[in-house]
Amino acid sequence: MNVMTNRPARNTKVMNRFDLTSRLVAKLKNQEAVIGGIGNTNFDLWAAGHRPQNFYMLGSMGLAFPIALGVALAQPERRIFALEGDGSLLMQMGCLATIATQAPKNLTMIVMDNGLYQITGAQPTPATAVADIVAIATGCGLSNSAWAADEEDFERLVDQSLSATAPTLIAVRIDDKPGVGATRRDPVQIRERFMLGLGVREAL
Amino acid sequence: MAAAEGQISPQAFQDQAPRERSWHEIVLQTLKRNEIRLVPYVPDRVLTTLIKNIHADPFFTTFPTAREEEAVGIVSGAWMGGLRGAVLMQTSGFATLANVLASLAIPYQIPLIMFVSERGTLGEFNYGQSLVCRTMRPVLDSLAMEHHTATRLDEFEFIVDRSIKQAITTQAPVALILSPLLTGGKVFEK
Repeated sequence: MNVMTNRPARNTKVMNRFDLTSRLVAKLKNQEAVIGGIGNTNFDLWAAGHRPQNFYMLGSMGLAFPIALGVALAQPERRIFALEGDGSLLMQMGCLATIATQAPKNLTMIVMDNGLYQITGAQPTPATAVADIVAIATGCGLSNSAWAADEEDFERLVDQSLSATAPTLIAVRIDDKPGVGATRRDPVQIRERFMLGLGVREAL
Repeated sequence: MAAAEGQISPQAFQDQAPRERSWHEIVLQTLKRNEIRLVPYVPDRVLTTLIKNIHADPFFTTFPTAREEEAVGIVSGAWMGGLRGAVLMQTSGFATLANVLASLAIPYQIPLIMFVSERGTLGEFNYGQSLVCRTMRPVLDSLAMEHHTATRLDEFEFIVDRSIKQAITTQAPVALILSPLLTGGKVFEK
């Protein structure tokens, strides 16, 4: 049984990472950049269909949002999405305050929260059943933070973020399923293709 | 120049000679010359004036981060998006970076430029700092990373300018270690 389903505080549906990632990718019509965190968030981003504007991390747990902040500062006209797990975010929680201070309006952060280190054997995180990601984000100064109640609400929040005037954080409760695909782990190609996709480079 | 006139006292000569640029002025000007606009940092006492001057210059986007690896993530993303950056930190901050260097900067071939204010040597008063300092160069060497320890003002601009250019053209990280011999370091005060 998923421990998350017993959390009393929120009335939010337990969803699925791949389904939500596919719903997000289907909405991207303007070459929006997407940064996938380590492990399952980038596996599901890969499985949702590779796009030239996708970046997949190999390691450096917790850096999806900082990397996305860098892209957002470099390209203020482009919308940037970042996908991060709750365990990863716990490892780099200070970045929420940094992002709130810099306040890039073109950044949407999505936290996939199952309360688990799914990829290492589904052990619970230290925050399972006690910490509230949205309350943490709001406390860090990201006032535009919300739990998605269900898939429809998630899509609504994503749409809303496309025209937001402040950084957006969307937290979703997800099940304990592993990622669907497996990213090709070729960091130089990943980086070069991402830069091509962002219009920074021309192909050799 | 002024001395050749033979009219002024040594003291007057000192007053009239062009003022030598300080190490932190060289850093700021060399960053600018190389179009490095984004400077996230975790502060250090030695870096105080540099950080203040970078904040005061509208050319730069500069801000503190909660951790050094966060700053590395930010400049990595920015570089992929077409904006150049550099990270400022002290020795103990560098000691937190082995994972991000080995899993992001090096394998993705990102020209990560780091300025590390060196604590832990040449008059260190904190035993913890002196121990953590000893991990820095072995980590850099174990990853075969380019690094230089700047000790002299007359070489400093050459080292900084060339190292930045090399990092960018070879897409490889570089650590520029600012020795107390260059900066004066931080000394024990009662």
